[in-house]
Amino acid sequence: MYTKEQPQPAPTSPETVVAAAPAATRTLSGAEATLHALLAEGVDTIFGYPGGAIIPIYDALYDFKEQLNHVLVRHEQGGIHAAQGYARSSGKVGVVFATSGPGATNLVTGLADALIDSTPLVCITGQVFAHLLGTDAFQETDIINITTPITKWNHQVTDASEIPEVLARAFYIAHSGRPGPVLIDITKNAQIQKADFTPYESCTHIRSYRPKPIVRPEYVAQAAELINQAKRPLVLWGQGVLLGQAEQEFREFIEKSGIPAAWTILGAGALPTGHPLNVGMLGMHGNYGPNVLTNECDVLIAIGMRFDDRVTGRLDKYARQAQVVHLDIDPTEIDKNLKATVPVWGDCKETLPLLTQLVQARTYPEWRQRFTEHDAEEIAAVIQDELFPTSDELTMGEVIQQLNELTQGEAIIVTDVGQHQMVACRYAKLNHTRSNITSGGLGTMGFALPAAIGAKFGAPERQVVAVIGDGGIQMTIQELGTIMQTGVNVKILLLNNQFLGMVRQWQELFHERRYSFVDIASPDYVTVAQGYSIAGRRVDARADLQDALREMLEHPGSFLLEVMVTRENNIFPMVPQGCGVGEIRLR
Amino acid sequence: MTIDRCEYNITVYTENQVGLLNRIAIIFSRRKINIESLNTSPSEIEGIHRFNIVVVETEEVVRKIARQIEKQVEVLKVYFNPNEDVIWQEMALYKVPTDVIAERALVERLLREHGARAVVIRKDYTVFETTGHREETDKLLAVLQPYGLIEFVRSARIAIIKGSKGFHHKLREFERIEPGQEVSENDYLNSRDKVFSM
Repeated sequence: MYTKEQPQPAPTSPETVVAAAPAATRTLSGAEATLHALLAEGVDTIFGYPGGAIIPIYDALYDFKEQLNHVLVRHEQGGIHAAQGYARSSGKVGVVFATSGPGATNLVTGLADALIDSTPLVCITGQVFAHLLGTDAFQETDIINITTPITKWNHQVTDASEIPEVLARAFYIAHSGRPGPVLIDITKNAQIQKADFTPYESCTHIRSYRPKPIVRPEYVAQAAELINQAKRPLVLWGQGVLLGQAEQEFREFIEKSGIPAAWTILGAGALPTGHPLNVGMLGMHGNYGPNVLTNECDVLIAIGMRFDDRVTGRLDKYARQAQVVHLDIDPTEIDKNLKATVPVWGDCKETLPLLTQLVQARTYPEWRQRFTEHDAEEIAAVIQDELFPTSDELTMGEVIQQLNELTQGEAIIVTDVGQHQMVACRYAKLNHTRSNITSGGLGTMGFALPAAIGAKFGAPERQVVAVIGDGGIQMTIQELGTIMQTGVNVKILLLNNQFLGMVRQWQELFHERRYSFVDIASPDYVTVAQGYSIAGRRVDARADLQDALREMLEHPGSFLLEVMVTRENNIFPMVPQGCGVGEIRLR
Repeated sequence: MTIDRCEYNITVYTENQVGLLNRIAIIFSRRKINIESLNTSPSEIEGIHRFNIVVVETEEVVRKIARQIEKQVEVLKVYFNPNEDVIWQEMALYKVPTDVIAERALVERLLREHGARAVVIRKDYTVFETTGHREETDKLLAVLQPYGLIEFVRSARIAIIKGSKGFHHKLREFERIEPGQEVSENDYLNSRDKVFSM
């Protein structure tokens, strides 16, 4: 046994020993202390995969099966994406277990994804014994240094006594302020080692860490003044509204101020897609109106969004005419890409109500009408043919349209990355917040299948539909095994265009149709699903589509529906790379 | 396009934690910015550590970097200042053959002119030290080159911000109310033979 030397109590009679011990301390292994910490943090679900360096934690988990639902994934990347899906659907911190070495490095993509998309995660990795660190021991890898640029915080534990405090910090850092992933690497000796632990205390403060900047009322007042003078104001909102659980505050602001509002891909659903002031999606494949009118508005109000390049296009052609109000919890986002006229630092749950108080109740009928006019152009040029095609072949858009009719906007839509993602995000009807789960900043193919599994665990009462392309599903298709084993009810809507469609689109538009390695072959997905005891169906005719979608949704368990769609459709509108949002193309 | 780059002194007050140096350093390397000089040291307040980092960049870039550094969980405060706003020094050591100095009065005079101080005098070599701005230590280096200079090394820059009084009081009060934690290190590296593992 490997234990750090504990101070030996002076020999006394058994009675005095009991009396001398502080009433609340108890002796636990580091592994047990880890699980107690998770329980104290309200964790109910863990996504993980065991291995040599994390065996002691898994051994302790054997006795916690009733309280902690461990979902055995098929690959650690699947585990972390599932935890992301769980965090995004539930608003709670996603928890991942992985072993050292390859187990830990397999988390890298998910950590990068979670950092750029501000997803709260606590990942616990096993590590070789502390005395072996730096010796190239079996399955040793320096995961702390590997993950430093892709975690909000990380820490290595080499002694059991550190565990409760480090985990308390981990959870606090992961979910507070702008959320993000935290990785805690625990050496095997620290998992085995026994130590005396006092009752768990959660962390609410770290002296060097300011999760939220202090709200400055003078800036809120300046922002309100700008907004009240505006003739053509436009709101852009992002995931900050969801992360701050400020959907209601946001809605009140929009409805009082009467300002048209457009969303980033991660902000989708914070205001229902059917809301009269919701004018659509921003960015490269967003709606025509909000992109064009970004360059005509006089005051741009950005709420919990970060002016990603996929949203802004060329910055020197972006909203040059507008005065910019930027509300964000993360001070590094202010002026990072776009200079703010008025920065409103703070949690939008706090700043929005202050702003709502100060803004005048107004409507902008003529300005709002401009969006409707642009919508009409977009419908005529793009949407009509995409959603109600007259060609023989099915389009991705009509699949989403049919899905909307059946789900009525009540489902959680999880998407992968590529053309189907843009179609799903553009056309999915969303009535509720936390209904659109996608890999936004990192664009991680293979995200959807495991994220959908996690999303269902995070919101078991909701229908979860994963919309995935034929490229992305093959990146993490092994997670069908997780579905099989857990019986989790996830609907997989596979839109198969037999291409890596988004790259193909770029090759068509910008590289003279030189289709370089985008022609991807697929297995027989229905048979693959069947091999995992998952029901499936494949359709390629319009006549069968609605029936197949209904069968998928009504099936009592998981279901894979493969829809063969037209091969060479392009996603429009499109702001070509290097162009301004005003140069958005409809065809 | 003219790029307005100049030397900036970035002062970072931090907790003393393993791994923090890397977390700060990669903020520069990610953007392919070369760190000209980096020094870590205790601050005047026990429990609070400080970094002095020198880069040549535009104010705009340095401001954004400073914010990114300050965003790190274990960083307390970041300042960035052009050279005019700080008092700074670098130290250099020069190892010269003793016989050259003994035989040539000129060398001794040069050392004297540059304010060099002998640190070690041995039969075979003598080590001199100067402290000053980069140009000063560089000048002596150039001067000594022809006289059989054996070794030269210059330290990182240390800098004190001219107008830092207000912050000092805040920092001291901060540490008094809420003392920092001790650095946690690996206690097991030297007990390898005593433990069982697999």
